[in-house]
Amino acid sequence: MQSSHSASAPGGAKLAAHFASLDVQKHAARLGMWLFLATEILLFAGLFACYAAYRFLFPEAWAASSRSLDLLMGSINTIVLITSSFTAAMAVHYAKEGKNKLVGHMFFLTLLMAGAFLVIKYFEYKHKFHIGTLPGRYYFYDGIQVPGAPMFFTVYFASTALHAFHVIIGMTVLAIIMVRAYRKGDFGPNNYTAVELGSMYWHLVDLVWIFLFPMLYLV
Amino acid sequence: MSDLANKLLFLPERASTFADRIDFLHYFVVGTTMVASAGVGLAALFMFFRYRRRVENQTTEYVVPNLKTEFLFVSVPLVFFLAWFAIGFRDFTWFTTPPKDSMDVYVMGKQWMWKFSYPEGPNGVNVLHVPANRPVRLLITSRDVIHSFFVPSFRIKMDALPGRYTQAWFEATKPGTYQVLCTEYCGLSHSKMLAEVVVMAPEDYDTWIKEQRRGRLQDRQDALADNSLVPGTARMAEQGQKLAGTQGCLKCHSVDGSQHIGPTFLGMYDRMEHLQDGQNIRVDEAYITQSMMDPGAHIVAGYQNVMPTYQGKLQGPESAAIVEYIKSLRTANVREGASEGPAYDPIQ
Amino acid sequence: MTPSSSIAAPGAAPGHEAHHDEHGDHPSYLVDGTTVKSWLLTVDHKRIGIMYMFWVLLFFLVGGIFALMIRLELLTPGPTIMDAMTYNRTFTLHGVVMIFLFMIPAIPAIFGNFMLPLMLGAKDVAFPRLNLLSLYVYLAGAGFALWGMLNGGLDTGWTFYTPYSAHTTTTVAPVLFGAFIIGFSSILTGMNFIVTAHTMRAPGITWFKMPLFVWALYATSCIQVLATPVIGLLLLLVSAENLFNLGMFDVARGGDPVLFQHLFWFYSHPAVYIMVLPAFGVMSEVVSTFSRKNIFGYRAVAYSSVGIAFVGFFAWGHHMFVSGQSTFDAGIFGALSMLVGVFTAIKVFNWVGTVYKGAVEFTTPFAYFCGFLFFTVFGGMTGIAVATVSLDVAWHDTYFVVAHFHFIMVGATIMAFLAALHYWFPKMFGKTYHEGWGLVSAALIILGFNATFIPQFLLGNAGMPRRYYEYPERFQALNVASTAGASLLAFGFVIIALYLTWALIYGKRVDNPWGSKGYEWLTASPPPTHNFVGPQPTYPEEPHFYVDPKKAEVSDAV
Repeated sequence: MQSSHSASAPGGAKLAAHFASLDVQKHAARLGMWLFLATEILLFAGLFACYAAYRFLFPEAWAASSRSLDLLMGSINTIVLITSSFTAAMAVHYAKEGKNKLVGHMFFLTLLMAGAFLVIKYFEYKHKFHIGTLPGRYYFYDGIQVPGAPMFFTVYFASTALHAFHVIIGMTVLAIIMVRAYRKGDFGPNNYTAVELGSMYWHLVDLVWIFLFPMLYLV
Repeated sequence: MSDLANKLLFLPERASTFADRIDFLHYFVVGTTMVASAGVGLAALFMFFRYRRRVENQTTEYVVPNLKTEFLFVSVPLVFFLAWFAIGFRDFTWFTTPPKDSMDVYVMGKQWMWKFSYPEGPNGVNVLHVPANRPVRLLITSRDVIHSFFVPSFRIKMDALPGRYTQAWFEATKPGTYQVLCTEYCGLSHSKMLAEVVVMAPEDYDTWIKEQRRGRLQDRQDALADNSLVPGTARMAEQGQKLAGTQGCLKCHSVDGSQHIGPTFLGMYDRMEHLQDGQNIRVDEAYITQSMMDPGAHIVAGYQNVMPTYQGKLQGPESAAIVEYIKSLRTANVREGASEGPAYDPIQ
Repeated sequence: MTPSSSIAAPGAAPGHEAHHDEHGDHPSYLVDGTTVKSWLLTVDHKRIGIMYMFWVLLFFLVGGIFALMIRLELLTPGPTIMDAMTYNRTFTLHGVVMIFLFMIPAIPAIFGNFMLPLMLGAKDVAFPRLNLLSLYVYLAGAGFALWGMLNGGLDTGWTFYTPYSAHTTTTVAPVLFGAFIIGFSSILTGMNFIVTAHTMRAPGITWFKMPLFVWALYATSCIQVLATPVIGLLLLLVSAENLFNLGMFDVARGGDPVLFQHLFWFYSHPAVYIMVLPAFGVMSEVVSTFSRKNIFGYRAVAYSSVGIAFVGFFAWGHHMFVSGQSTFDAGIFGALSMLVGVFTAIKVFNWVGTVYKGAVEFTTPFAYFCGFLFFTVFGGMTGIAVATVSLDVAWHDTYFVVAHFHFIMVGATIMAFLAALHYWFPKMFGKTYHEGWGLVSAALIILGFNATFIPQFLLGNAGMPRRYYEYPERFQALNVASTAGASLLAFGFVIIALYLTWALIYGKRVDNPWGSKGYEWLTASPPPTHNFVGPQPTYPEEPHFYVDPKKAEVSDAV
């Protein structure tokens, strides 16, 4: 309430009362987002550390288990996600030009591909539940009997599930921005921070997958 | 002098060579700490009296340090700290490197007791007998959660980790009885996980262990031992031999030096092995244990990775017994130092 | 207990009415909106700070009660007032509450929130709504943790070491999840402060004209943002391990028990600096104000905060010297730990240098400063002692370590917390407390603290391990001394609670009783909602500039 008195600046962007200027406000938002992304990366870094430690302890299990993953599905997912990042970047481009409808369309495409990613992921998970390549004590797959294989799938499920959770959060954020672009259509050259930040978050989700994919599927 | 210091600092009696080694550094560090904190505290008090406020809203001079002062601020503590680190690290390295002639004892922590087994028997619970003036190496593991083996009078401590061995060594200097405490929180009766080290004069120890091994004196402690894990006073190596048969080790590993699916046990202990990945490794307790639990970790060159894991199939003392069995198969021609181990031809 | 308990209805306090009139259209933040809603939904950093203060002090009380229960239990070697299970839960909850609910948010979330914008000449923090969110996230996490505590509590120690934490039958998951959520609150606050320091500085306040408290908060925030997510992940994994046997740290399936410790200390060691750096910042302000002098070696103190934050990330292995990590690793971590000591020493020398040629007034905050100086040097150097690898073999996990970290966390941080509470009490509420009682309680607390923890150093030397419910009889004398000291300490806190509550209601109205030239004192006390009325103040050459303007600007270097 106290500092919710805000003034309208040209271009549709709102300047909150406690900022000196619109530029400072944008700078602050972007800096905040970068810090948040740093936090997110460190969240995954913990998992990467677990991955590295156990890969060092069980190289054979890692090789064998990695081969058991479905490389085709993984590759399709990678392509889907990278393309979705492209459309998200396009949305920022259009937002700068004030083409709100295109912003909405681009985010719609991104969401569509994110949905496809999750569907493919679902089939991968389903297959694993079926054959028994599951974490820890739930493991009952006979194909790989190397010590450490259950550990691979612990790491696999922990990291892909955490990533999928980020995909869902990202989708929610993008959906909200998409609705705003369609309904209000107030993005323009001076007011595209929301689009930019949402897109940045989406790039992070993509980036994490770009690390996870080779770590889990390729090596 | 140092007795007085021990009393003032409430340090327990010094009863190991390690304690003799580190106590001087202890006095140095703690003494400097007391002098420095008192000095800084007094300096602040002195300045309060010297520079107390005379008038309200008094103004002051603008004082900043020059380069020399700043250099002193950094270098004086740095020199002290690095000196402590250097001395401390030297002693720590000494502590983590057991002498070659040390006597081995296996230590297993479990909620909430300590088990000790000697390579050639006997086994004991909560009482560890060792000779004075002889280095003793403890090979420590745990059956459940993390414990830590701590003897205040020896100043030594080492964590007992499930699934792997850690080692610690000491050389007791005075016969007597010293308390062992668990220092890693391990559940309900953590504070009751006490044991003792009985240090005996070397000749007494020799008599004691002979009697133990003859099985004439059934130690009271052995009656307490969990018989499913350690069969009474049976020699560990003998037990290991039996286990090697029943667990199927001998199906692949020969004991007469002949080549088979796996490397022979004969002369394996302390041998340098060429590994598949081109590295060399010296076969010691840790390597043998690891090879049982995770056979694929280090494959000797020329052999296939076909051995199943014994993780979960062998209990701690059982794997220790097998290690002792392998150690008993040392050949006379084991060379010391950086020798090249035997090379293996690939199986046809 | 809490001086802030009556803040919920600040309008009821007499004296505020008069204040309201003084400022006309610009009432102080305390009375600008008196409904409950105006407090709960506020985005004003000052009100958020005050609300944090209420909750954080409440949890300090809870943690303090746990501490007294522990000390009572340890009065005799055998069972005294509770059984072993209760004791194990009590020390765990003492640790969890004190660290996650009190110590980490204490100075940054209360005084940081309140002072940071004032010190930067800003109207608010960069993201006021995130700031409010962080409060509610904190409360949500605290709610989870409390729920877990009431439903059995957990007995793992606050370090949650696996495999014990994965197998214990107590309710681990809710408390871990609560701590995970609180982590987010900590991250949000940290992000907010970093962005505020970058973007919200008033014209004229350059990086090297920021008050040192801001520097300390900045360094703290960097740690919060970078280290907290790692423990967040780890806590989730351990919860999953405990609930579903996920297997990440399951030794029977090849899991590595030491991996947990590495990840845990990667956060928890820097977390020590989250707790202590803001304390250093507070003390820089206090010593400058009460000696009426510029900080001796301002840049050295500012850089050393950043230095501690940086090196703090690479010293975690010194918690694991006897956990089977390699000798080489132990050497690296040992050497790096020494650097933290050097940075701290730089600060200590510069604080003493600040008093030199000053004009000292011995007030309650200055009394805490003197205590703090002694405790920081003693606690810090015993920290160097336990980081000395060979000595740590004997000291690891004994009461020596317990005494060492209490010297830093209580000796340094709580002294600074109390100093801040007294120093900024007039700033926050526009009222002052009774100086005599302040000095009495400071004396009690400093004495009681020494009496509590110096025996614990000696217990550690004698070999008493931590987390012991029962102990051999030879340790009893020192334990009794420690318990006696703890009661003295508790008594000191009760006095503080009483006279500060009194001051809150009947205290004498003041504006800047210390004559401080810190930037935060340039506005009214208590400040108006948007911190400044009329044009923004112009900022002098640097904060805490007490030189007589008539004298030459020549600075003499020592």
